[in-house]
Order: sequence, then C-alpha cells, then structure tokens
Amino acid sequence: MIGREGPVRPGPSPIGQAMDVLRMEEITKRFGPVVANDRITLAVRAGTVHALLGENVPQLTVVENVVLGLRPRRPPFLDLAAAEDEITGISKTYGLDVNPRFRVMGLSVGMQQRVEILKALYRGADLLILDEPTSVLTPAETEALFEVINSLVADGKSVIFISHKLEEVLRISQAITVLRRGRIVATVPTTDTTPSDLARMMVGRDVVFRVLKTPAHAAGPALEVTDLRAASDQSYPAVKGVTFRLFRGEILGIAGVDGNGQAELAEAIAGLRPVSAGQVRLNGLEVTSWPPKARITAGLGFIPADRYRFGLVPDFTVAENLVMKTFAAPPYTRRGFLDRRTIAEHAESLVDQFDIRVHSVQQQARELSGGNQQKVILAREVSLTPTVIIAMQPTRGLDVGASEYILRELIAQRDRGAAVLYISTELEEVITISDRVAVMFAGELMGIIRPGDISHAELGLMMAGALRLKPAAGPA
Amino acid sequence: MTIRTAALRLLPVWAVLFALLLGMFFVLLAGVNPIEAYRDLLRGALADVFGFATTLVKTTPLLFAGLGVAVALRAGLINIGAEGQIYLGGLAAALVGLYVRGLPPLLHVPLAMLAAFVGGGAWALLPALLRLRRGVSEIITTLLMNYIGLYFVGALVSGPLKEPGAPYPFSPPLAPSAYLPTIIATTDAHAGILIALVLAVVTYIVLEHTPAGFQVRMVGANPSAAAYAGVNVGQTVIIAMVVSGGLAGLGGASEVMGLKHRLFDAFSPGYGYDAIVVAFLGAGQPLGVVATAFFFGALRSGANIMQRSQGVPVAVIFAIQGLAVLFLAASLAVRHRIFRWGGRSRQPVAASPAQAAGVSDPE
Repeated sequence: MIGREGPVRPGPSPIGQAMDVLRMEEITKRFGPVVANDRITLAVRAGTVHALLGENVPQLTVVENVVLGLRPRRPPFLDLAAAEDEITGISKTYGLDVNPRFRVMGLSVGMQQRVEILKALYRGADLLILDEPTSVLTPAETEALFEVINSLVADGKSVIFISHKLEEVLRISQAITVLRRGRIVATVPTTDTTPSDLARMMVGRDVVFRVLKTPAHAAGPALEVTDLRAASDQSYPAVKGVTFRLFRGEILGIAGVDGNGQAELAEAIAGLRPVSAGQVRLNGLEVTSWPPKARITAGLGFIPADRYRFGLVPDFTVAENLVMKTFAAPPYTRRGFLDRRTIAEHAESLVDQFDIRVHSVQQQARELSGGNQQKVILAREVSLTPTVIIAMQPTRGLDVGASEYILRELIAQRDRGAAVLYISTELEEVITISDRVAVMFAGELMGIIRPGDISHAELGLMMAGALRLKPAAGPA
Repeated sequence: MTIRTAALRLLPVWAVLFALLLGMFFVLLAGVNPIEAYRDLLRGALADVFGFATTLVKTTPLLFAGLGVAVALRAGLINIGAEGQIYLGGLAAALVGLYVRGLPPLLHVPLAMLAAFVGGGAWALLPALLRLRRGVSEIITTLLMNYIGLYFVGALVSGPLKEPGAPYPFSPPLAPSAYLPTIIATTDAHAGILIALVLAVVTYIVLEHTPAGFQVRMVGANPSAAAYAGVNVGQTVIIAMVVSGGLAGLGGASEVMGLKHRLFDAFSPGYGYDAIVVAFLGAGQPLGVVATAFFFGALRSGANIMQRSQGVPVAVIFAIQGLAVLFLAASLAVRHRIFRWGGRSRQPVAASPAQAAGVSDPE
C-alpha cells in the first residue's frame, strides 16, 4: 500500500548530526497514483518541538509509522502493579495527571489524549508525534497540553507537532516545516518567522493562471448569508457568525488557510450541515431550514471539495453521475421508469461539450482521472443552470490545464449571470478569478476586499488572523 | 466492462466451484467416491420429479428471504434479521389464514401474503428506526430480533394458538382458502416459488430501471453523495429496510401457506441465515439471488438422496456452503485491496457495507 523510498534513520546518527533525533531524507509516499509525500526531507533536533504546518490531508502518516518503535516487553505475564507505579511516575514527571486506575472510556477527550502520550512514553519513546492534537480540545485543554509538551521537551524528549493552526505552531515549536501539496515549502526557525509569512507559504503563489476575465457586471443579491453559525463534525464551532452578500454576475472568493471553517460554511449553505444560528437567503427566499433537494431546485449548484465523498458516486457510471440530481424528473424518468437512452444521450452531449475524456459514458466514474472526474461534477452542476454556484477547491489535485479549464468555465457562468462563491486555499487562484475576495480565519470573515486594493502582505496578515478589515467592500 | 471486472463479477461462481472441489475431499474422508456422490447429489436434486419438487420447496424461502437481504444490501444495509422476519411473516399469514374465514382463495391468499409482508416489514422497521435515530448498528439489532421473533412464535403456538390436544406446539390448520396451490401433482411443490420468481423480476426492474431503485443504489453506494444530490437518505433507508423485511416475511408466509398449512414452533431451519449467504453470493443482484437460492435449494434436496444412497452425511453439504462463503469473503478481501492499490486513497478503508460485500452495479 505504501511505497517508500529513501532511508529513515531514527536515533542519533554517529556522523556529524548527533543532535538530530530523527532524519528522513527524500521520503516519497504514494497512495496509488496520488503522491502524498513528495521527497520529504526532515531533521528533528533532540529536545525541541518541530512543527509540521500543512494542509488538512493525511499526508504525514509515514513519519508516524517510522518511529513509534515498541520497547520489547518482559516475560509474557503482565506485571500490572509495576506498570502502575511506572505509569504514575511518568505521569507525575510530565504533569500528565493521569490516574492509571481510571477507565479510559469515561475520560474526556483531552485526558484520553494524555493517555495516548503516556502510552508512548511508557514504551520508551523519545520522539512523540502529535497529529492535529488540539483539533478536539477545548482552549483550556490545549493550554494544559502545551504545558505537558514543554515539560517533555525540557526533559530532552522531542516532539513533532502536526497542525494547520498558525498561532499554536508559533507558540509551541522551535522549528517549522511548511508543507504544501505534499511537498516541503520551507523549514524555518520559529523565531525568524511571522504569521503572515507562514500563511503565504501555506497557500503558495507559484501557479500563475492564464485566465482572461472581463469586469464583472454585478446585479441584485443571489445569496445572502447573515450571521451564520455551524459546528464541525466534532461539534466545535467552525463557522462563527459569517455574513456576506453574493451578487448575480460576480465571483466572490473565499481565501484562507485550510481548516478555518470553509468546508463547514459551504456545507451549511448547501443544506448538508445543520445551522446553529443565522440565516441563508437564496434569490430572496429564506432557505435556512430547507433540505438540500429544495435548495437545488431553487437554483443552488455545489461543487464540493471532496469529490469522492460528496461529488460523485464512484461506483456509478459517468452517465448516472451526470443525472445524480435530476434522475427522478423528466426526461430521465418517464412513466415511472428510468429512460436509459435519454440518460446516455444527455451524458454524451455533456461529455462532448465539456471535453470529458472517457472510453464510454457507461464507464464507472472511479476509473476517470481526477481532472475528468471534476469535469463530470462541473458539467452536472452547470447543466442545471444554477443561479448560485458554490465551488470549493475545484482545482485541487488537477494539473494547470485542467485547472484553467475549470476556472474559465466558472467565469463563463458568471458572465451568464450566475453568482459564484469560490472557496480555495490557493490564494493566487482566488485573486485571479474573484471580483471580490473574503478572507476566512477561525470561522470568521476577516474582511471582504477587491483584489488589487490590498497587498499580499496584508492578505497574509488577514489569513493569519492578525488583521481585520471593516467595513466590507461592496460589489463591483 | 473490462476482463478484470468481468472476472471480479464471476467471483461467486469461482467460490462455489472451489468449495465443491474441496468438498470432494470431505466426501473422500467419508470413504465414498466423490464423483459418485456428486452424481447422486445432482440426480437427487434435479433428475426425478420428487427430487426436483423438493428442490423447489427448499429454494422458495431462500429466494424470498435472499431477495430481502439483497434489497437491504443494495441500500448499504446488512439485514441479518431475515430469520425473525420470516417468523413474523409466517405468524401474520397464519393469523389471517386462521381467523379470516369465508373468503375466496383469490382474496384470501393475497390478503395473507400482504399481512406477512407487513409483519416482516414491521420487524425490520424497528432496527431501521434505531439506526437512524440512535445510530445503533442494524447488524446487531436485526440479529437480536431474530430470537424475539422465534420465541414469540414459539410462545404463541405453545399457548393461545396451540391446537387443542396437539402433541407438539403447532396451530390448527389454516382455512384451505389460504393455501398456496400445489404446482406439481403428488409433490409438495407449491405456488410460492412462482410468486418468488415474479418478485425477483420485479425487484430487478425496480432496482435497475426506476428512480426509486436508482435512489436506493445511490444511498448504498455513497450515502454522503446521495444526501448531496438531494436524496432523503433516512427515508430511503427506512423504505429499503421495510421492503427487505417484507420480502423475508413472504418467505415465512409461503412456508406456512404452501407447505405446512399450520404455524409450527421453529418452522424455519435457519432459512433466514442461509438467505444472507444467498444474497452475498448473488452479489445483491436479484437474478443472481435466483441462481444462488436455486443452487442452495438443490444442494439441500440432493443431500438427502446422497446420504441415503452413498452414506455421505448431510453435514458435508453445510461444509461446502460454508466454504463457498469463506472463499467469497477471502476473494472480496483481496479485491478490496486491489481497489486500494488502484488509488482510492482518500476513501475510508471500509467503504459502505454494500461495497465491502462486493455489491456492484451492472453497467
């Protein structure tokens, strides 16, 4: 399952780098054709916290699998009393405050996490890898965890701290490696960097798209979101009072570092996530409590970030995927039966129109390349002539050609009069395509600006949560 | 369809062939020539009219319940509760057969069947609701409801429904107007098999050629995408589960109305559990279920002949059945890994139950 290339050397190296507790050189990991880690080189110094700052994808597991070695245990009998003593000792040393006699099930998430840390320490780990450890913690629990980390480091242990939260990484680490699209952007000492530097590195500015765009001719509001609040899958507030208006004939971009509530915002607008407070109006209609179906009918199109989870049924054919939202209505269903021929003809015409590369429209969607899968989703959504299109990371994982195609089509939709909400972590892309740009940080919008009215440095500050603009820019 | 997908689709056939091959070894252990044993098995099941009738009788409940399990499977649900649904269906049919009197067969039979569908469906509704409202796995609840169904019927036929003076717990005979007619004279073969075959075709058409079937398959293949596309996933789960239980309930009705004509304690020898195997081996396809149900029915029917003529214990047949399941499960595990190599890295390892069961859509 995992292809790994290049040496991994845990432990101090005899030559020269006695200070490194872990060195990885040129590690590449693939899941099938997807390269999750591309030639990663990493050195972790003993007695430090090394942060990995990156996108929200499970790309770092190789690092984890490499080091958590088990110390061989003694004879085949459990010496629980001795273990208990040892655990209590470790627990006290690092301020973990875990009572070994408690049942894990009854503990809070924060305590369960400490048990995990304790387990690793008990097994003799010198290097701990904490993968998004704070994502399920309350602020107080996070503080406590940081104290534990500091006492571990003071004792000479090393920690790899994986997170996409800038302020945490800046607070706790001594060195930061920024990952983007599976590659290392840079490794910097924490003292030499700033939140806006990091934010810019995370979102990148390397791809310059060749997309021609005329000025927008915005008309009346198509989507009005007022003080919207929604929770994450872990029931923590993810969208904390977002307000904006999206107008017909414009593209409003939402930029920001991954994991700042963008996915939850999009899903709440689409009706796929419960809204805890606030209002969504679609073409003047209050739709906050409408089911997804009604919103689709009212003209909402949605290109979700996760193609496999939401956008497609991979086991269904291309033709079936292209009628996923409309199969029950004429002409695809006639007199109670699916009209297979019409469905296939519909697919043929979309495949032609959007240049989707397939052997046959009866091919399973899973067999297509990522770019063609995205085109299937785009074709389906656009063919419904929606008045509002939410496009979330529509170019993720696509090559430049396919990305440009998607962007051009979205601009064409805008020019047709559709309102487009373009959510992406790629800042350059958002700036290129959008008529107005909002920056999302920690579940809130830090401001809405027109691209060009503001410098990249200021955008970086907004993405890092260090700059908030008021009032918001109006439509073009 | 590539050669690989074709080969994958035929996995159940390979599993059965390998099971039969390995079964020869068991027959050898019993000191019998396997070729002769299999010949008698085949002859007993198919060659003469009584054997064939027995095959049909054994196939019928497997087909009804197998279709039921398959429908749930296509919606991404694992219904382990066909056995209990068979009991409730049988009970409902028996009640209509016992207490509704004076109807012509053309009304009485459909009414009893309808009651059985409702009974079996109700038995599946509770697990579906528990899953939706409380997130309780339907695998556990449907399994546990089997025992409630079994003992509920047992208690009724030992008490209020018991025929006065009967040596064993069974009910009085149903009104003859509620009997399913015999289709092969002087044998037990009854019209239940015809109803089951018609329902298999109907199920196939509904699943593959109607919007309702599209919706069920979409929920089974990717519930998140179905919700995204505007499908009411909860409602779909409930309907699929009730239909699943209803079909299994018809299996119980056909046993009571076609074969026994009374409600007996423990009248199903585990048809509901075999139905799970039938549905999985049939890859959740109604027409595949017809084939596997018939195959299992034939094995059961021929096994008795084989035991009588060659002295091979019937248990060998159960071993072959178990091996077929084992081979299929093993091959699906391999297949699943093939897919993971094929680059579905972002997908959770255990996708939907339907995928785990190797259920796929034709074309």
